[in-house]
Amino acid sequence: MRTPPVHRALHSVRHAWRCALVGVVALGTVLAVTGSAAGAASKPKKAPSDPYIAADVKAPAATLTGAGSTFDQPLFTKAFYEYNQKNTGVTINYASIGSGGGIAQFQANTVNFGASDVPMSPADIASATGGQVLQVPVALGGEAISYNVPGVKTGLKMTPGVLAGIFLGTIKNWNDSAIKKLNPGVKLPSNAITTVHRSDGSGTTYIFTDYLSTVSPSWKAGPGTGKSVSWPGGVAGKGNEGVAGIIQQTPYTIGYVELAYALQNHFTYAKVQNAEGVFLAPSLKTVAADAAEKPNINAVDFSIVDQPGALSYPISGYSWGLIYQLQKNTTTGTALVKVLDWESHAPGQAIAETLDYVPLPANIQALARSTLLQVTGPDGTTVLLTK
Amino acid sequence: MIEKDTEGRRMRLPSVSDKLYRSFLWVIAGGFCVLCIALVVTLVIEAHPAFAHFGIWNFITGTTWNPVKGEYGALPFIIGTLETTVIAMVLAIPVGLGTALFLVHVMPRRLRAPVSTAVELLAAVPSVVYGLWALLVVAPWVRTIIEPALASLTGGKGPFSGPQLGIGLLLAGLVLFVMVLPTMVAISRDVIAAVPTDDVEAAYALGATRWQVLWRVVLPAARKGLLGAVTLSTGRALGETIAVTMVIGNSTAIAHSLFAPSATLSSIIANEFTEATEPYHLSSLIALGVVLLAVAIAVNAAARLLVRSVGGRGTSSVALT
Repeated sequence: MRTPPVHRALHSVRHAWRCALVGVVALGTVLAVTGSAAGAASKPKKAPSDPYIAADVKAPAATLTGAGSTFDQPLFTKAFYEYNQKNTGVTINYASIGSGGGIAQFQANTVNFGASDVPMSPADIASATGGQVLQVPVALGGEAISYNVPGVKTGLKMTPGVLAGIFLGTIKNWNDSAIKKLNPGVKLPSNAITTVHRSDGSGTTYIFTDYLSTVSPSWKAGPGTGKSVSWPGGVAGKGNEGVAGIIQQTPYTIGYVELAYALQNHFTYAKVQNAEGVFLAPSLKTVAADAAEKPNINAVDFSIVDQPGALSYPISGYSWGLIYQLQKNTTTGTALVKVLDWESHAPGQAIAETLDYVPLPANIQALARSTLLQVTGPDGTTVLLTK
Repeated sequence: MIEKDTEGRRMRLPSVSDKLYRSFLWVIAGGFCVLCIALVVTLVIEAHPAFAHFGIWNFITGTTWNPVKGEYGALPFIIGTLETTVIAMVLAIPVGLGTALFLVHVMPRRLRAPVSTAVELLAAVPSVVYGLWALLVVAPWVRTIIEPALASLTGGKGPFSGPQLGIGLLLAGLVLFVMVLPTMVAISRDVIAAVPTDDVEAAYALGATRWQVLWRVVLPAARKGLLGAVTLSTGRALGETIAVTMVIGNSTAIAHSLFAPSATLSSIIANEFTEATEPYHLSSLIALGVVLLAVAIAVNAAARLLVRSVGGRGTSSVALT
């Protein structure tokens, strides 16, 4: 039967309510969607997930050994621990014996990988017993010129000439006129300066002597650049920790240590004048600026000291992982490349940043990956780094 | 076959187990000798390239150690080793002898055992712990108290010149002194206690004072054993590596002052061995090891000759027990 007029009216009212309700809900949904879209557009866009990184944590079970640079030691300790938490089958032992020791062990093929702040020279590569060598950038850092002068706070200004003079021994006392001129208003004592350097063969020494050779012709003609050089005077400590210990303990000393050590132990360090004439303290920002001035590095042309740019801290350098191109054992080789890929990309570099290393720039991460993709299994053709 | 023992007396007929046992002991003793000879021979073979390249005399008297330029000379380290050993022994001999005399002749007998144990415990401390303690605790004392006091003796010249850093030759000598003291005291104590009490009491009966008894009766009687103690301690001081490496400052130049950093034969080997990749670097380091071995053997041989010339046989065995 036909609905009575009252019911029709009521139906239409209910119908109207339903339409309104639906409309409100629709509008609300649209608003919510656009709102979240707008919100998502203002939040940093999630990076497209890297297929290699997801596969990196799925490496086969293996025990890996590495040796070398003391600079990398804090980073490797934490990064390898974190990696092991994600993939308990892979354990990595790293012995921080200095870059020189790392290269020697790697050449003798007693470790799976080496680590050195200076890449292997062609002569080093020729004496490696495991075949063709690949070098992967694994970390980036700066060196702080740390000193211990009672009464002098952090931030003493040093020019390249003054630094070279101090380490050459031509500037003998803290109140030398050259240092006083740069730092008016700082009360400098008349005590003799004692320089502190590394007693073991070290990539840190290489980077520092590379810098001194670049800025001082007399240094270049004298001790020169090397992992161990003949220092004119001064005392030596073993490892970054040895040098840092001596500087902390003994007043009127000055030496070079990796930035991470200086920052974490709250050392006083100098402001070094860069190529543009600006006095800069070493920091993650200034080291990154220096690295950015020379984006195209490789294992032969790797020096980034004293780059142009007002924000560049001049004493910086990369650290390199050393691996053999032909891995004799597929399992350890696969684990090795995956761990190094994980370490040199976002997961490892995020850890590096928490430890006061400078994260590797994107193009250097790409260099690391393209190098790791050249690693093959025993047959010489199977690429071990897989997605 | 009739077996004879070491003094030529006849023994009973040997059984199979006796023969086996004798052969086994021969093998072990012979093996040990072979091992010693093999050690020396291997070292000399590995060091030969450096000796051949530089000439033995030039290597031993060379004063530059520069891996970058390929120049290697052992003299700075020989001098460093001798200097640290001399500092240690100059302090250890009077202190060690004095302590031993005190322990045996002056201290109440009840206290002898605990105090001896305390001194011997010093010998149980690992070398690296000594190095750490020296670097962190003793170095500031040396820098703030001992070095200024010594420098004021000569006005900052001569053996006490240069910046006062704490670490360096002096601290290395002091650490070695503490490390050889237990050896010195333990052996001297045994040797002094072995002096016949008849002699001692006869001296007292003749009216000698305590000092006269100790100096004129006890020490001369214990002379041979004491020389053995000094030899053993010197041998320990010559070869000590880790504690010295941590405090000596590692400078390859010849030190001209007690306050200066230096290096010893063992410290330079420990520091550079892991990355000696330059030509002749590794064999030069092993050549330094051969030099150290030669110095240690020379010191030992000299001490034995000295002991024998002083008179008596079987002295070293007494000193070592």
